[in-house]
Amino acid sequence: MSTVNKSRRSFLKSTLLTTGGLMLGFSWASAGAAAPVVVADAGAAASLGFNSYLSIAPDGIITIFSPNPELGQNIMTSFPMIVAEELDADWKKVKVVQAALDTKAFDRQVTGGSGAVPHSWKLLRNAGATARQMLVQAAAQQWGVPAEECTAADGFVVHTKTGNKLDYGALAEAAAKLPVPKDVKLKDRKDFKLIGKEVKNVANKDITTGKPLYGLDFHREGMVLAMLQRPPAFGTRIKSVDAAAAKAMPGIIDVVQFKNNVAVVGKSTWEIMKARKVLKVEYEKDGNTESSEDHAKLFSTLMDTGTATVRRKDGDVATAFAGAAKVLRAEYECPFISHSPMEPMNFFAHVREDGVELVGPTQTPALARTSVSKLLNIPEEKITVAITRLGGGFGRRLKADYVTEAAELSSIIKKPVKLIWSREDDMTGGSYRPAVRYRFEAALDAAGNMIGYKLRGVGINSGNPTREDNFPSGAVPNLLIDTVEHQSPITTGAWRAPITNFLAYAEQSFLDEVAQAAKKDPIQFRLDLLQKAKTAPVGAIKYDIDRMIGVTKLVAQKAGWGTKKGVSQGFSVYFSHRSYVAQVAEVVMKGGKPVVQKIYAASDCGEVVNLSGARQQVMGGIVDGLGHAMYSKLSFKDGAPQQNNFGNYRLIRMMEIPEIETHFVDNGIEPTGLGEPALPPTGGAVANAIQKATGKRIRKQPFIEDPVFSGKTQAAPAKKMKTA
Amino acid sequence: MPLYKLQINGTTREIDVAEDTPLLWVLRDHLNLVGTKYGCGIAQCGACTVHFDGAATRSCVLPVSAIGNAKITTIEGLSKEGDHPLQQAWDEVDVPQCGYCQAGQIMTAAALLKQTPHPTTAQIEQTMHGNICRCGAYHRIREAIKLASTKA
Repeated sequence: MSTVNKSRRSFLKSTLLTTGGLMLGFSWASAGAAAPVVVADAGAAASLGFNSYLSIAPDGIITIFSPNPELGQNIMTSFPMIVAEELDADWKKVKVVQAALDTKAFDRQVTGGSGAVPHSWKLLRNAGATARQMLVQAAAQQWGVPAEECTAADGFVVHTKTGNKLDYGALAEAAAKLPVPKDVKLKDRKDFKLIGKEVKNVANKDITTGKPLYGLDFHREGMVLAMLQRPPAFGTRIKSVDAAAAKAMPGIIDVVQFKNNVAVVGKSTWEIMKARKVLKVEYEKDGNTESSEDHAKLFSTLMDTGTATVRRKDGDVATAFAGAAKVLRAEYECPFISHSPMEPMNFFAHVREDGVELVGPTQTPALARTSVSKLLNIPEEKITVAITRLGGGFGRRLKADYVTEAAELSSIIKKPVKLIWSREDDMTGGSYRPAVRYRFEAALDAAGNMIGYKLRGVGINSGNPTREDNFPSGAVPNLLIDTVEHQSPITTGAWRAPITNFLAYAEQSFLDEVAQAAKKDPIQFRLDLLQKAKTAPVGAIKYDIDRMIGVTKLVAQKAGWGTKKGVSQGFSVYFSHRSYVAQVAEVVMKGGKPVVQKIYAASDCGEVVNLSGARQQVMGGIVDGLGHAMYSKLSFKDGAPQQNNFGNYRLIRMMEIPEIETHFVDNGIEPTGLGEPALPPTGGAVANAIQKATGKRIRKQPFIEDPVFSGKTQAAPAKKMKTA
Repeated sequence: MPLYKLQINGTTREIDVAEDTPLLWVLRDHLNLVGTKYGCGIAQCGACTVHFDGAATRSCVLPVSAIGNAKITTIEGLSKEGDHPLQQAWDEVDVPQCGYCQAGQIMTAAALLKQTPHPTTAQIEQTMHGNICRCGAYHRIREAIKLASTKA
């Protein structure tokens, strides 16, 4: 029944008496473990390992710690919404505080993989519902009435028969002394008041008034600033350093070398930037210094002769292709791209005798701590990590390289230091979306059925550039998916919707090619395959066929698929990170060039928590997917990145965005994530629409380099379209 | 280093820095006005936008020596209570995602509305084209500017 710790409670009681500020706290370190504590402030909660909590102050203000890093996915709003929903709190009285790293209090304190809401959904609901039930119980006891006769709404408990009413603040102390109920009733979704509504970002005011929220804004008295000169090319190392001129520059405190870095330490950013320019560093080869031209040749060679790792094999592809009525083959290619969050990498580190303080923007605070612990051989319990708001992440801040740089430098210069990357450092400093070439092959029988399917992915530091169990796996009797990997000194990393951010474009484009060859409507072609996967599955199927069909039909209906004149429509559907998104892109010709006019999106991410935030994620994901498919490319010459700032690396801008219409499947299943899933389908939908408009199939990103954008393209002759 | 007297957000601030120091770093490193953001340093992204005698200006390429007596307004000085019509509209439309670029977006838009209180969509798009939002919140930025233009 009860999990109240009496000794703890008596201690907390005294805290309460001396400070007068009452809070009721719940740990949600693990699902089902809801130990109540009464604490005076966040500091006291933290000292008890209970800083994962919601608290109710005497004035009714409810404070909720948000454990996961906020980078624009709006987690600081959606997490508290879930708690407040079950608590029946007055949303206007909810305050949100970013929690520091605490692996005892929180699990999965990570922003990545679109996983936060799916992971914490039940935990957060239980926390809110448990507190609500205790508040109702406290009120019932005070009034001497059965708890069943009381209801809660908007931060009050009400006894309807008598009209008695008490606010949560007045009940918090009594509620905290009650045993914690083991099984609490969660709301029926039809009774949701907050979940599914459009709720505004809790940080809007701070953001629009320029408050110091981000890592780059962090200031600590006595800290110094620093920038690192890193090798200009991958595959090179420092040969010699002449720091005399840099050291003599005004405002420069020191210039130190560690590993392959030369750190310029100073009092102000501009002085450091100027000193870096007079730093003389010679580099020498330390491995392959690769160029994009080399990669093009490498892709061709490895595609035909590389040693492949088989990822999935169903049936007998050799026989299927040998006996096919028609065989299709196409290759698709995607370049390296940079994450380029608007806030460049930075971190504060203070390595002291007694421990390490780390502050800054990270998607993985626990990795930051572990990495620094290993690097400096300091136990983790002596390292603290505070999380600032992140000025974007897109996967770049999953890595801890910039954190360990700051910590190593602080340990060398024995000063608190904020390490800053310039935009050029950020863009040329590595950890890119890997470059990949795919070869797709399809075998059709005389009736246009896809009886064989082959995919080979050749990647540069891409790991596995396929998702072998994704659609159309399971729907094709004979299938082979394999990969070839090239190891390169160019560093790569997860980029929003890793792998699928380019694989989906290639695959969904190729499926359109197959549908055309089979003389089938692209949507009907996919629906037929999905039906096959359902009725006669081949091998393991790890996607939900009905959810994929659901978004497909919804977007076709919303976009009026096949019914429109004067626009060319392209379709795409993709499953990633547990969620399903289908899109229809509409392209028109203007001045001989295809222009993306509108994109419709139908998403199935389960329960939508915050409709405003969800629309943002879908629209932002589409703009991100479109922008990078259209414009972005990072190329190399002798190991050196050839683009280093927004002047020569193109990102999408306001004049280039299409209209976007977002729709969600309302099926009431538990949330399955939305930070990434809207991005992968966009490139394919757009490429398919461009093909329809121009007759030209674009098989390489960025699209803008294709001759179709030269302004000399004639619109493709209109064909009679079958409707889905 | 020369001493400069700058008119920032209605007050005079004295600052002793090298003459080529961009206003951006004067604001951020020396005056603790960090609402103005560093994004690219080469006037390509607009995150550092401030008002220079009312005109939207990229502070990352504006040397302190070129400011003279010009009146500089940063996001912190756009309104006393954070209730400029654009700041209100930004909340009403729920614009920010990561939020890092938004101060620059708002400052660019504020200069536009001062000069053109009721801009067309094309005018908004042309003006805002220099401001990058990596999260892709462009639709709502455009919508919020339109909304503010109806209230101003």
